[in-house]
Amino acid sequence: MNDQDKHWLLRKENIRKLWMIFIAILAVTVVAGFFVHQHDHFGIEDSVGFFAWYGFITCVGMVVFAKLLGVFLKRPEDYYDSESGAGTDKVEVDHD
Amino acid sequence: MTELLFPPGLLLVIGGLLMPLGAKIRNTLIFILPVLCMILIWSAPANYVVTLPFLGFELEPIKITTTGRLFATVFSLMALVGGIFAYKQASALELSAAFVYAGSAIGVTLAGDLITLFVFWEIMAIGSTLVIWAARHDAAYRASIRYLMVHLLGGLLLMIGIAGHVVETGSIRFEALELESISQYLILAGFLINAGAPPLSAWIADAYPEASPSGSVFLSAFTTKTAVFTLLIAFPGTWLLIPIGIYMIFYGIIYALLENDMRRILAYSIVNQVGFMVTGIGLGTEMALNGAAAHAFAHIIYKALLLMSAGAVLYQTGKRRCTDLGGLFQTMPWTALLGIIGALAISSFPFTSGFISKSMIAQSAADQHLAIVWFALAAASAGVFLHAGIKFPWFVFFQKDSGMRPAEAPRNMLLAMVVFAVFCVGLGVYPEPLYAILPFTVTYEPYTAAHLVAQFQLLLFAGLAFFVMLPMMKRTLTISLDFDWFYRFVFKYLGVAVVSQTSRARSQLENKAQATLQRLLNYLDKHHGVTGILSQTWPTGSMVLWIGVILGSYLLFDIVF
Repeated sequence: MNDQDKHWLLRKENIRKLWMIFIAILAVTVVAGFFVHQHDHFGIEDSVGFFAWYGFITCVGMVVFAKLLGVFLKRPEDYYDSESGAGTDKVEVDHD
Repeated sequence: MTELLFPPGLLLVIGGLLMPLGAKIRNTLIFILPVLCMILIWSAPANYVVTLPFLGFELEPIKITTTGRLFATVFSLMALVGGIFAYKQASALELSAAFVYAGSAIGVTLAGDLITLFVFWEIMAIGSTLVIWAARHDAAYRASIRYLMVHLLGGLLLMIGIAGHVVETGSIRFEALELESISQYLILAGFLINAGAPPLSAWIADAYPEASPSGSVFLSAFTTKTAVFTLLIAFPGTWLLIPIGIYMIFYGIIYALLENDMRRILAYSIVNQVGFMVTGIGLGTEMALNGAAAHAFAHIIYKALLLMSAGAVLYQTGKRRCTDLGGLFQTMPWTALLGIIGALAISSFPFTSGFISKSMIAQSAADQHLAIVWFALAAASAGVFLHAGIKFPWFVFFQKDSGMRPAEAPRNMLLAMVVFAVFCVGLGVYPEPLYAILPFTVTYEPYTAAHLVAQFQLLLFAGLAFFVMLPMMKRTLTISLDFDWFYRFVFKYLGVAVVSQTSRARSQLENKAQATLQRLLNYLDKHHGVTGILSQTWPTGSMVLWIGVILGSYLLFDIVF
């Protein structure tokens, strides 16, 4: 498919533009932080861009943590079906 | 007005039971009953109580409290809008079960005593199981049985707890309970199981996504929020609920991040959202309890909206995995837009309903100087945007082009979504009507410049994290192990082992018994069988001889004695 036939949201140059707009908005929120005073309950919320870096870092942390946990917890989709299917039959055979 | 003597919840239960009678009756009842229920609730005076003597107890089948009325209102609204979403596509069984389910949930919220509460609690378990059944496929049936097992266990704990509590205190009143003995802990455990608390959180993500497109919309609303209501009444300020709530919040985020099934992502995020409410109840200040109640109200609406948009996608495409979906915004723009509104609301974006409710909980953690709780809640708010706010719409409607070009959702589905989207934005912009019906007077002002800036920073940078980390979030064709592994795998194999061992023991015992019996038969056969000495035929002559001998011996005895 030609790039021009695609929906405008899917065209490469527009995706780049969207990123620029997004980054500009991010910058605006951080700059706006200079003009408001956060109520300082814990001595850190009023520091520059606290919510920005805290939101970013914790989200990266959660994604990485989920990824690591996934190594141990992820199983194929039919994990229970294949296992339980065989098990169910076995019960039925044994039970009269 | 005439006095309210009939429990409004029972109205929906009975109406639900009449629904299989015909499509016309059903479609009328779906629209009339919830409205009638709401009118009944709101026309009764505040603190209105109906009592009913029963086995020496004074039951209170109707007790209108502010908190109960709030929940009953949103439950009725849910039944109505859910009905609009479902009435054309869902089966009679599903609609009927959904109304029994909704009605019993309303019954719980207006129950003044523990016995009434328990009865409605159990009807709820049956109604919701039938809603899952209505999907009529094998996986749904098996999931519904697992679901029912968990809820029967919860109901059992609750019943033991209530019985113990009544014996100890002599009171069946449903009010704030002190955690004095094991009975109250059992009641707490019964409530928490329905809230999706650890360790039994897996039932939500196991059962809800197996229901039909509209079934999961109904399911998302009632069970967990009824549990929130009961905790709110019985255990406000219970310290134990704070760690449980925070665990649920992060459990929901992490598991949703690992998940591939779009409705299972949303199911995990139910646990996450209920975690916020449970934490708020644990904090126990007036503002925190208001926050928990308001969040439950807002949550039912935006979560239903999200599941409606996922349900519409499932209905139109038949696909539920993120790996199969993507690019649907091109042909389902309205479903996408309305789903995004729900996603923004769940993320507590400013000017949506989540913003004006959830922030009360975090604010009261700050007011109590609970640093760990506050930092956890702030991280979790960012995490909600990550796992539900962006992940759901991104993977379903954008991501890659799946090549699918499904038609827009049916009109009744769109209408239901529009109604709830209007509520999401309306409550966000104009929260006063909701604040006015909360349990306590609201002194909280959500729209301050500082709060807006903080929330925008938190959420938008969470969004940045999502797109930066996108390569790490590639969906895989997997499920994630959870506590249900114990009952779907370990207990199952233990069960299979017990069954096969006991059946082997039984067959051995059977063989042994058979052998003993055979020996007995052989012995009898030896003496009484065809060739046995006692079953031989005797000649008539020997008979006469022996009779002669007997008679002779009589004669002899007679002479001698």
